[in-house]
Amino acid sequence: MCGIVGLYLKNKTLEPQLGALFEPMLLSMTDRGPDSAGFAIYGDEVPEGSIKLTLQTRDADFDWKTLVAALEQKLGQPIDWFRNATAAVLKTKAPEAGIRAALAQTAPDIHIMSAGRSIEILKGIGLPTEVTERFTLGKMKGSHIIGHTRMATESAVTMAGSHPFSTGADLCLVHNGSLSNHALLRQDLRREGIVFETENDSEVAAGYLTWRLRQGDSLAEALNGALKDLDGFFTFAVGTRDGFAVIRDPIACKPAVLAETGDYVAMASEYRAFATLPGIENARVWEPEPATLYVWERH
Amino acid sequence: MKTIDLSTASVRDLNQALHEQARQLTEREWAVTHPGGQHNIAAGLDEALKIDIHGPAGYYCAGMNKKAEVTIHGNVGVGVAENMMSGSVRVKGNASQSAGATAHGGLLVIEGDAGARCGISMKGIDIVVQGNAGHMSCFLGQAGRLVICGDAGENLGDSLYEVRIYVKGAVKSLGSDCIEKDMRPEHLQELAELLQRAGVAEDPEAFRRYGSARQLYNFHVDNAHAY
Repeated sequence: MCGIVGLYLKNKTLEPQLGALFEPMLLSMTDRGPDSAGFAIYGDEVPEGSIKLTLQTRDADFDWKTLVAALEQKLGQPIDWFRNATAAVLKTKAPEAGIRAALAQTAPDIHIMSAGRSIEILKGIGLPTEVTERFTLGKMKGSHIIGHTRMATESAVTMAGSHPFSTGADLCLVHNGSLSNHALLRQDLRREGIVFETENDSEVAAGYLTWRLRQGDSLAEALNGALKDLDGFFTFAVGTRDGFAVIRDPIACKPAVLAETGDYVAMASEYRAFATLPGIENARVWEPEPATLYVWERH
Repeated sequence: MKTIDLSTASVRDLNQALHEQARQLTEREWAVTHPGGQHNIAAGLDEALKIDIHGPAGYYCAGMNKKAEVTIHGNVGVGVAENMMSGSVRVKGNASQSAGATAHGGLLVIEGDAGARCGISMKGIDIVVQGNAGHMSCFLGQAGRLVICGDAGENLGDSLYEVRIYVKGAVKSLGSDCIEKDMRPEHLQELAELLQRAGVAEDPEAFRRYGSARQLYNFHVDNAHAY
């Protein structure tokens, strides 16, 4: 199973409430995915030339202060940072490749959840309510957010196996479904230099998109490529710096429903996730067509 | 009329109260408020109740219905009226996929659009969709009638048995063994009756009929080499 949810705000005055509006949506999908949960929130953007990284560790007592000091010394650049439970968000002008290399050397057990100017990916194992409370989702601000509740079918229940998966700068993927050709595709993508941390099928879908985007594809081209190259069932929601996209496999096996008002666009596996949204009774509610790309972005 | 508010009562409480009516009928008319897209609302009914659900319902709404008349004033999720035996279900909004799946009898009216696989494996139900129906509708349909006033998606009536399908709009493609057939007087009459029962003002003459070519019923000896 698995549940996926997304909320994109058209009305900027709602941005301070993004977390509060989204938390009940994610929690309503608990019985579709009680193993682990996660979300990618977009907001608090750093200026051009800076980068924001979200790091995570399983160790709740991890000494982030010492790590950041060591990184600052190595990179010769100041790092603005804050801690959120088992995660830390770092903002700096240092180049991404340099930070990745310094981290691999200094703290190889730290996971880089996301990188970009706006995105923060926070995820973990446990009931969705444990994950949202851990990271205080209800108080977060931002322009848009996508999330996932996982019922594992293809691989282990681990933090690395939970969604969203980062697919490049400010990009991420959540997946409901299962892919049957992930083993072969993983081999091919490894040959192309894509690194995989798990045996998870969704991570392969994320790696596939990363690869296509690196090859110069637009998001639409990469997702249309996925329709051809991925064998299996999927509803994908893709978070981008400016919005999100939704696509279903050609026979639309996995559920998806969309809702739009003047204030927001919401997507979810089931309508239940919309029940607490303001003005939902007057929203336009419909199901996305199979093999059709839907994109909402600020221009 | 009795009203049950699903923002305070559970679906289990609601369904238990409705099922008890099959043992002893004390209240024929029911209203359900704040359904919030919850699953299994009014499933397994076995009495001639009249139920109005005010808002969107989730999966399997009015599933396995026998005798009752259920109206959903909103959209419904997957499998509305699945395995219905008799009675009627009316959806004022859109229905998700597999509406009326495997149902044996009764009438399902969807005033909006139906998603994919509408009437999959239907076994005697009559379904009237006022809008469009999604891909693979009536897959493996065995008995009953499916009326689509809008357009039909890809692979309509794939591996069809004996359902008669009437479509007013365009059919994106027909599935294996589904063909267009002549509209004879008995079909116009049957369609007129169905539309009238569904309360839909459409002209039967504007519809085309599709049915089974009956080529997949038995093993074809020419295919023996494939095994």
